[in-house]
Amino acid sequence: MNTSSIPVMSKIPKGSSLWKAGFRRFLKNPLGLSGCIFLCILAILSLLAPWIAPYSYEAQDLSLGAVGPNSSHWLGTDILGRDLFTRVLYGGRISLLVGFCATAVSVLIGVTYGAIAGYRGGILDTIMMRFVDVMYAFPFTIFVIILMVFFDRSLVLLFVAIGAVEWLTMARIVRSQVLSIAKQEFVEAAIIMGLPRRRIIFRHIVPNILGPVIVYTTLTIPGVMLLEAFLSFLGLGVQPPASSWGLLIREGAESMEEYPWLLVFPGLMLSLTLFSLNFIGDGLRDALDPRSSLD
Amino acid sequence: MLKFILKRFFLETIPSLLVIATITFFLIRLAPGGPFSGEKSIDPQVLAQLNAHYGLDKPLVVQYVNYLANVSHGDFGPSFKYPNRSVTELIGQSFPVSLELGLFALIFAVVFGVGAGIVASLRPNTFSDYAPMSIAMVGICVPTFVLGPLLILVFGLHLEIFNVSGWAFPRDRVLPALTLGMAYVAYIARLTRGGMLEMLFQDFIRTARAKGLNEFQVLFKHALKGGLLPVVSFLGPAAAGLITGSFVVETIFQIPGLGRFFVMAAFNRDYTMIMGIVLFYAFLIIMLNTLVDIALTMLNPRLKLK
Repeated sequence: MNTSSIPVMSKIPKGSSLWKAGFRRFLKNPLGLSGCIFLCILAILSLLAPWIAPYSYEAQDLSLGAVGPNSSHWLGTDILGRDLFTRVLYGGRISLLVGFCATAVSVLIGVTYGAIAGYRGGILDTIMMRFVDVMYAFPFTIFVIILMVFFDRSLVLLFVAIGAVEWLTMARIVRSQVLSIAKQEFVEAAIIMGLPRRRIIFRHIVPNILGPVIVYTTLTIPGVMLLEAFLSFLGLGVQPPASSWGLLIREGAESMEEYPWLLVFPGLMLSLTLFSLNFIGDGLRDALDPRSSLD
Repeated sequence: MLKFILKRFFLETIPSLLVIATITFFLIRLAPGGPFSGEKSIDPQVLAQLNAHYGLDKPLVVQYVNYLANVSHGDFGPSFKYPNRSVTELIGQSFPVSLELGLFALIFAVVFGVGAGIVASLRPNTFSDYAPMSIAMVGICVPTFVLGPLLILVFGLHLEIFNVSGWAFPRDRVLPALTLGMAYVAYIARLTRGGMLEMLFQDFIRTARAKGLNEFQVLFKHALKGGLLPVVSFLGPAAAGLITGSFVVETIFQIPGLGRFFVMAAFNRDYTMIMGIVLFYAFLIIMLNTLVDIALTMLNPRLKLK
């Protein structure tokens, strides 16, 4: 009987939410979109590396040695006769993994820290943000190098070390956003309803600041990947025989005079990935920045 | 001004350095191994003597207090790996090299970054905007450890214009400075473009044009002063990044600067050397930020030093 009212309900025009409008704007950005497509293809290829790679990543062929790109080895081989295409795919797995996991660590720390400081306010806020100010004077790369030299060079430590230095700006962004949200009526309503503080912060406030958080996250990932590659280049990151792009670039730079392709291809892959991530970040900022939603 | 500097020094610089010193001190001491554990099978008696000589046998807290007491009157202690050399001496010897490299890179980055940014801002969203900005983007996305070897490959090995490595001749500065500065060209270009675009649509620019100034004067005397503010505030972090971030470039080009010293000190677990360099870098970063704050208030009278 009442079912007839349902079609009528569905005819009410839907307002376009921030997310939908932002998504539509992002689709119109050719650079951001192509970056997104490139990154997706790369991620799928890297994930499927064990099944699609033409060779094993540690299979050596010493009689072959280093040969340039040809029909059986698309990107050539290294000094030990290992297929470079395969090694670049496997390297991409590690580089992307570190990029995303370490960023996740930094986002987790930054959002929690910033949200608590912004919501609690008062003396706690002052102390917490003073600490962030102090940490800004800390030479980060040095800190990561110390961590990697002095403790086990495991992948998990790499995530933690990079995550531990990249959360500062996120904490500042989140705090300033929380400060403006915390004064709004729906937060007061939640307080009056007697909800626990943790629930108010993480269920009511944090979801409302996801826009800036997502934008800054996409801009953090390239920085993190660069740091990983930098550490691996210094011999402090991923340890052989595992490979990452930074490690491949290090090996390539050592023999670039005779075998330049060993430097060029891994370098190209890293650069293209950083390009894509930066374009995606810029595109998302244009799309999700509320100030630009007016036009 | 004097009040501002004093306040910065006592309320911000000293506490910051203290926190950083504490974190670094306990971090490197809590890790397994020590400065003498790497060397092959030292006689236990000799090891005990070495530890006693450098005070490493005392409780950690005592060592910490002793270290801080020494630092407070400027003594950073002896280096563990370079016997008979003090940390102060080693830093004093290698820092000028890093400073020179950083300075050249900064000049390169500012000249090309500001230039590209101005060109791009004159006709926004046209070819003369996209071209310099895309080239600038390359600087952000090609890491120094890819760019450096590539430059060596092309200009050092094939064209033989520059030396492959070293720091002996004036022209040895070119490739390292280029490598180090490239990433900052891109940031500065973006900041300049943004700042200039904001200025060029302001009323006082229209006034300047209306009173008949030529375009050159409008750009360089009126717009640039305000348009460069974001660049000036970026110069602090940029200078800090250039001077402290030269490990890779110094490693690639085999330049005897502080960055290379630090990496070696970390690998050698040279405690006093690590502490000294960390504190020195931190002090440098804080000083540069203070300088930028002062410069900003000079360029923009609406700001006040707090």
